[in-house]
Amino acid sequence: MSRIDECFSRLRAVGRRALIPFVTAGDPRPPVTVPLLHAMVEAGADLIELGVPFSDPMADGPVIQRASERALRQGTSLRRVLEMVRAFRRRDAHTPLVLMGYLNPIEAMGYERFAREAAAAGVDGVLTVDMSPEEAEDYTAALAASRLDPIFLLAPTTTEARLRVIAAQARGFVYYVSLKGVTGAATLDVSEVTGRLVLLRRLIDLPIGVGFGIRDAAAAAAIARVADAVVVGSALVRLVEESGGEAAQEAVLQDRICGLLRAMRTAMDEALCPDTTVESQENGRGELKA
Amino acid sequence: MNETTTSRSCSGVDLAALPDAQGHFGIYGGRFVAETLMAPLEALQQAYERHLRDPAFLAELDEDLRQYVGRPTPLYHAKRWSEHLGGARIYLKREDLNHTGAHKVNNTVGQALLARRMGKRRIIAETGAGQHGVATATVAARLGLECVVYMGAEDMRRQALNVYRMRLLGAEVVAVESGSRTLKDALNEAMRDWVTHVDDTFYIIGTVAGPHPYPAMVRDFQAVIGRETREQILRQAGRLPDALVACVGGGSNAIGLFHPFLEDDVELYGVEAAGEGLDSGRHAAPLCAGRPGVLHGNRTYLMEDEDGQILETHSISAGLDYPGVGPEHALLKDCGRAQYVAVTDEEALAAFHELTRLEGILPALESSHALAYAARLAPALGRDGLIVVNLSGRGDKDIHTVAAREGIRV
Repeated sequence: MSRIDECFSRLRAVGRRALIPFVTAGDPRPPVTVPLLHAMVEAGADLIELGVPFSDPMADGPVIQRASERALRQGTSLRRVLEMVRAFRRRDAHTPLVLMGYLNPIEAMGYERFAREAAAAGVDGVLTVDMSPEEAEDYTAALAASRLDPIFLLAPTTTEARLRVIAAQARGFVYYVSLKGVTGAATLDVSEVTGRLVLLRRLIDLPIGVGFGIRDAAAAAAIARVADAVVVGSALVRLVEESGGEAAQEAVLQDRICGLLRAMRTAMDEALCPDTTVESQENGRGELKA
Repeated sequence: MNETTTSRSCSGVDLAALPDAQGHFGIYGGRFVAETLMAPLEALQQAYERHLRDPAFLAELDEDLRQYVGRPTPLYHAKRWSEHLGGARIYLKREDLNHTGAHKVNNTVGQALLARRMGKRRIIAETGAGQHGVATATVAARLGLECVVYMGAEDMRRQALNVYRMRLLGAEVVAVESGSRTLKDALNEAMRDWVTHVDDTFYIIGTVAGPHPYPAMVRDFQAVIGRETREQILRQAGRLPDALVACVGGGSNAIGLFHPFLEDDVELYGVEAAGEGLDSGRHAAPLCAGRPGVLHGNRTYLMEDEDGQILETHSISAGLDYPGVGPEHALLKDCGRAQYVAVTDEEALAAFHELTRLEGILPALESSHALAYAARLAPALGRDGLIVVNLSGRGDKDIHTVAAREGIRV
């Protein structure tokens, strides 16, 4: 069983939802990333999405675009991102980690080599925004050969026919893009997402994560009621940006990001079992991770 | 990369019948976009295929091309210039005489008609030099459609006159401040707009790049250039030419000229921008000096670094300043059906002046790249040779660039 499958089945067993933070690797500076990943796990993250910066992030809004530009200016290549994952794994053998990015850096490295090196570094899944399932045969084969899960996006525009194609190729979980737009674009419409998820669940057995437009604890809680995972990206990356990239601000940065994650974690857990106290859930979480 | 993605062979493939149903030209092309755009692209492809078989649509397109664009454009025998070069006879396909001054309008007229038939009320476009933006704003004005044009902030500075033209035509011009603030970033931003307003918006891409069906659709709308040229050269010179020459940025004017000649015994030359020289690294010549990758929805040759990050490009001509190229060109290069060469800023400028002085025709700096290569080719082919150059646009928009380069204030 992959680390991602294991994570979701453990959560399901205790009736909890996954909290998935996204940050761009190397933003604002490469040394910040690994300690930040550990801190996010401490703050309640169940799975990490680590953004691989790309020069032309077509599906991202301004917040993550600027994060990519900052990271690239600091020389954050795909190879360096894999080094960060390797460093993260020295202290964390349990938390699943998914790389999220665009296809061309993977093309440049070559599918097989990328898959081998990513798996060796401790990556569990790969979400390539502009890799459509129609084009993905060689790519998914390479990932499968290295036991990496290909994570695919679903969108409000996805037809039922396409859903079946995606369901056949996806592993780990699927990521439902909650709105027509780019990352961080708008606030999502919970009732629309709820209706859509009912339909998706009929055709897809994998856990469903929801992202794009989840900014605060209230939105995270609302999504936790209907989805298996809540993905939060731009709201965290905005906090990174506001820290200004000064070394002196690193502790502040971690505190602010972890503060938002803790608030989301609490709200999500309370949304599912409103009778239990936060403290007892924290204990439950401890067992879960052990 | 694995075996299938490095294959360069295309022997036995019917080039004129491409792309395949998934938009592939050999290993190139395809549809690499975020999931949200997959269904809209499928809908666009179906609408396009349906309307292209509809005689009423084709009749309306044909009427617009004649009465509004001014087609057919002449095929002009540049006698003085040919004499001066002392070799082959050179004919110029006068796309500069189209309404709005370049070949771009052939495509925007077609896509705008399609947009209206699909019930879209809003048009968006990306533009580099501003020619495609102007051609889009023009057809949007005529059809009463809302129009937003994305343009790199750096390009807006270089092409202020075209920005004003678009605004006069009623378009909103949005400055793109991300990345290198040029054409590739404008394309990214237009894609982001499309994904956000996908229900009511039609994205008119200006070149033969982007996800399927754009490379095929834009080519089909531009192929009128080659169809006319073929008829005209047979009538005027009594035979097919030895060579066709066209500049290649994204490659729409070149593929429009080449496509109807793919099965003929005619040499095809695509001319990229060598900028300050291919060795300098400051150029925009992915076919001559790049390698295959994926950008803007398709697999093609790109200018990229070792890590797969897209490089900034340089050319004196904003219309060629793009790090990718249409996927069909990538295939034509690999199987040797077309030759791709590069011409520097300096050589293009020399050709710009030469044509202006000898023929009284001010060519666009983009087209001047094709002219510069034809000037090299003509003596080599000798007096019996016959060359057609696509004069893809007029040079009025570039006068400030040329003057500034020569230290002249106008």
